Amino acid sequence: MNLGLDFKTGDWLTMLAGVVLVTYLFFATWDGSKGASLIIRSGGKIVAQTDLSQNKDFEISGPLGMTLITVNNHRVRVARDPSPRQHCVRQGWLTRAGDSALCLPNQISVELLGATKLYDSLSY
Amino acid sequence: MTPSVIKLSASPEDHRIARLAAFAIGLSLAEAALPSPLPGVKPGLANIITLLVLQRFGWRAAVWVSLLRVVAGSLLLGSFLTPGFILSFFGALASLIVLGFACKLPGNFFGPVSHSILAAFAHIAAQLGVVFFWLIPHAGVLYLAPLFAAAALFFGIVNGLVAARLLDESIPAPQTALT
Repeated sequence: MNLGLDFKTGDWLTMLAGVVLVTYLFFATWDGSKGASLIIRSGGKIVAQTDLSQNKDFEISGPLGMTLITVNNHRVRVARDPSPRQHCVRQGWLTRAGDSALCLPNQISVELLGATKLYDSLSY
Repeated sequence: MTPSVIKLSASPEDHRIARLAAFAIGLSLAEAALPSPLPGVKPGLANIITLLVLQRFGWRAAVWVSLLRVVAGSLLLGSFLTPGFILSFFGALASLIVLGFACKLPGNFFGPVSHSILAAFAHIAAQLGVVFFWLIPHAGVLYLAPLFAAAALFFGIVNGLVAARLLDESIPAPQTALT
């Protein structure tokens, strides 16, 4: 069956440009924007702010007890937390700018920042 | 009281635009019934009409048909002035601006497929812009950009091919009201 596809020479070029653009977008948005630094808040106040380049542990005390936040290999996670449901611990490693973990009962949060600060849905 | 009579004189061109816009609205409504895997990803079948009108009757007619379709289609779907309508409106506007430039490209080299792809990208770029700057200023929106762009490319090609096929004079087609 002749599909009779009406491509013209330039249409192939446009299509190719489109494929390049889509590929670029995939790489630019899904790969980039790694977190560069982190902010730890306790009860809304910033208690620690550092970049992700050095591995370090932070022990922050909240109303329920001690929360352990670990920086390792440009990633950060809540390693231990006294909250009953452990949501922030189960979130695992955070890598991207804008990622954050909240340990609500213990009022502690960790947030990753990129090179430029974007809005996040929490502050908006 | 004498009823006042308002007489609008409609030129043949008005009739033609209305007829073409009606086609486009019909396609919009049909498409609204299709389920979509991701909100915002739609084939944009009505754009086939815009492409045809652009090729046959020029850019001004395409602007009329496209914007009439957006406004009247939203009235019929009950989405007039909702965020969905604003998105459609800005998408259509961006597409039309790009089409205004695209139809200046050499016609023996760039066909409706090119127009369609370019318009589809303009459409989704404008919509993502509106979403990002107005509705959800969150970086997460941008993570969706590649998916939307891929969908735009795919449906842009398909719509362009359909339009090119319909415009192909060598294929004997049932002559519709497009003439």
